[in-house]
Amino acid sequence: MTRFAILLALFATLFANIATADTVAITNARIHTMGKAGDVEGTVLIHNGWVAQVGPRVRVPANAIVIDAKGGAVTPGFFIVGTNLGALEVDLVKETNDTATTNSGLSAAFNIAYGIDASAVAIPVARLGGVTRALVTPSYADAEDRELLFAGQAAVITLAEGANPVTRSRVAQVLELGEGGAARAGGARGSAITALRADLDDVRWYARRRGAYNTGGTRDLRFTKADLDALIPVVQGRTKLIVGVHRAADIREVLKIAREYRLKIVLSGAEEGWMMADEIARARVPVLLNPTANLPSSFEARGSTMENAARLHTAGVTIAIANGDGASRLREARYNAGNAVAHGLPHNAALAALTINPARIFGETKVGSIERGKQADIVVWTGDPLEPSTQPIAVLIKGVQQPMDSRADELARRYRTLGTPYPPAYRD
Amino acid sequence: MGDIHLINARILAACLAAALLVTGCATTAAEGPKITRPKLDPKADANPFPSTYKPFANSPTAFVGATIFTGTGDKIENGTLLIKDGKIEAVGANVAVPAGYTTINAKGKYVTPGIIDAHSHLGVYAQPGGQALSDGNEAVSPNTAEVWAEHSVWPQDEAFNAVRRGGVTSLLILPGSANLFGGRSVTLKNVPARTMQAMKFPDAPYGLKMACGENPKRVYGTKNQPPATRMGNVAGYRKAWLEASKYAMKWDGYYAADSKGEAPDRDLKLDTLAGVLNGEILVQNHCYRADEMAIMIDIAKEFGYKISAFHHGSEAYKVADLLAKEDICVATWAGWWGFKMESIDGIEANAALVHAAGGCAVIHSDDAILSQRLNQEAAAALAAGRRQGLKISDAEAIKWITANPAKMMGIADKTGSLEAGKMADVVLWNANPLSIYAKTEKVFVDGALMYDRNDKNYQPKSDFMLGQPKGGE
Repeated sequence: MTRFAILLALFATLFANIATADTVAITNARIHTMGKAGDVEGTVLIHNGWVAQVGPRVRVPANAIVIDAKGGAVTPGFFIVGTNLGALEVDLVKETNDTATTNSGLSAAFNIAYGIDASAVAIPVARLGGVTRALVTPSYADAEDRELLFAGQAAVITLAEGANPVTRSRVAQVLELGEGGAARAGGARGSAITALRADLDDVRWYARRRGAYNTGGTRDLRFTKADLDALIPVVQGRTKLIVGVHRAADIREVLKIAREYRLKIVLSGAEEGWMMADEIARARVPVLLNPTANLPSSFEARGSTMENAARLHTAGVTIAIANGDGASRLREARYNAGNAVAHGLPHNAALAALTINPARIFGETKVGSIERGKQADIVVWTGDPLEPSTQPIAVLIKGVQQPMDSRADELARRYRTLGTPYPPAYRD
Repeated sequence: MGDIHLINARILAACLAAALLVTGCATTAAEGPKITRPKLDPKADANPFPSTYKPFANSPTAFVGATIFTGTGDKIENGTLLIKDGKIEAVGANVAVPAGYTTINAKGKYVTPGIIDAHSHLGVYAQPGGQALSDGNEAVSPNTAEVWAEHSVWPQDEAFNAVRRGGVTSLLILPGSANLFGGRSVTLKNVPARTMQAMKFPDAPYGLKMACGENPKRVYGTKNQPPATRMGNVAGYRKAWLEASKYAMKWDGYYAADSKGEAPDRDLKLDTLAGVLNGEILVQNHCYRADEMAIMIDIAKEFGYKISAFHHGSEAYKVADLLAKEDICVATWAGWWGFKMESIDGIEANAALVHAAGGCAVIHSDDAILSQRLNQEAAAALAAGRRQGLKISDAEAIKWITANPAKMMGIADKTGSLEAGKMADVVLWNANPLSIYAKTEKVFVDGALMYDRNDKNYQPKSDFMLGQPKGGE
């Protein structure tokens, strides 16, 4: 029976059919639950897309599809933040790039969710890197002279095959300060920070007088109505503000503004975050970072180090692995986490930075850990998930086995044998 | 206020210049002018910026008990490597350590040849970046074969130190890819130095950077000048090679007449192109698409030169048989694809498929962050190949970042593998370099210890890093 179930699972995997069985059991697994139970050896039982049981003595029902992990690791699906996955196909083909606007009349209201395409070929590639969820963030299109500070609103997407990717839009607002922010505000931090404060004051003022605004009874405001409306939940502390910032001095300034305006901020980048680690921890501000950003790549990143992730973690800061390298390279997030481990971050903390931490930061309460009642977004690995030699055996989203294939894999298969009588175009 | 400073500075500069002129004139007048004729013959001084690199002090050293990846595709368990006088002396499982050698207990550790990055812009796009240090693309004309990357290299780029920590001991520094002919590349030994010449790899051949596809046509097409299309690109290459052929023939005639006739007019651009036609300069060709590679191969045949490597080569796997037959290396990534139309078909298994077809696969960086971890990029490429069912050993994959880049750079007779007589460019790793957790412990260049993770005396930093926040590695 079990053997038949394995075959069935294998069949489902090989032929990329979406298994729809109600009950799935992942057996012989080293389960990184990322929950209170910690690491557990045994079985994950999934019912109707939700985790039903986790542990060493779980009884596998006869009708369950069984995935034998063969002693490999099982993790929650990775939730990668700060990506443009789904919002673009090819960076330099601008018609396919919906990540930013050059419209000088639109700023905070820009909504990345409208540009997300489930057919983006980078989605299956990322999924094979263990990614099941992503926070898609808008960026800036600086080609035009655009003196608006905010990039716009981020969205959470699922990487599930066949699904509407956007599970939640307007999840967070994105703002870049530092050199980039200064350049957009007249070339100096003094103008960027001043403009930001004035804008936040405007939004607070507007929030109390929306009725009057609609009848023309308010003072002049720099932003359009759409932008002002988008910023109301930010100044009310209901929506997270992701602030891209790099040097210690800018981090200090941002923490101060957040305190004053009672904003719920998340730092992004923060290469010199380790220099402000205690202050960041005290303010309970999470940090999205790329652990491999270790070069003095600008004057605002002179203190960059491979140990940033480890030092922030030690200070008690909640960190999440961000991907600044574009949608096509999302699969490398696990390697970036592995490099943080090589430079002092505990292995479990690195896994947390790929799973439960981003889920908590952005209020995705149903994912991020393998616990009873959580959505079954789960990856089964051949070994240590942070090693390049490790591959996923199965990727489940909401309990459904995802196709273990991508356009890149199709290309590889098509061209594995060259010099055949008929051209590759006749092959799948 | 700013203007006043500027004016003062100008006046000062003018005074200084005048003073120098007067002094200069006085000296000349007193000693008589010493006239040096410009080098009108390209062969009279073919190496005007000679390497001043000398290996640093080194002592005979034995690495004992290591797992050794030789760079020739072999793996030796519990092996011994001897280095002496800056060269590899012996490597094997049963090598006795002679008296007088410093012994490094490498049990449980790994030894590889120094990593070679065959596509780097270190020094020409130096940290901390910005326009002031953007010296890699002479994007003012589609043919700038006359520029040399070495004249842009800033030895104080901190990234040299960062990539050495990643095991990189040699680099091919290239001009950018805006132009059909971007200029000459330079091969460097990765040692801290005050001058570019002191890093220059002795007797390494020059390379010529060429670029296919989107970049040249975008850069110049948007300025409404040729090339604006791929066919414009090809016309540009062929026109240049015709001119270079004519130039080379003129010089051939001049030399055939024992250099007694009137010398042809010397042209720096054509010197470089003629150097390719004469087989002295290696063609390093940025090219993503398979069909364009095939066209570039035909152009090379038409004008009688050889392409050493296609760089980036996202679609190399589609013509892996052709590239193997033509003996052209492919320097590529595992993880990078999809950032432009011509890279949309880039796949992780590219290098592995090229390798499996009998070709010369190279994992390169094009990036100062990735260059620190070419071992990991090779590991990802290897894993992707195995996922496609290819049987490739760890030891063979190590060639992608050692012996094969040495081959495409024309320095395989000197470095890239742990074979007796070659340069002792050696990395000691604390774990299998194909693991994400592996870190270098010691890096040797020509037998001299240039980096030691456990000894502050061997952790160089650039001038730029002095007085900056002390982030560490």
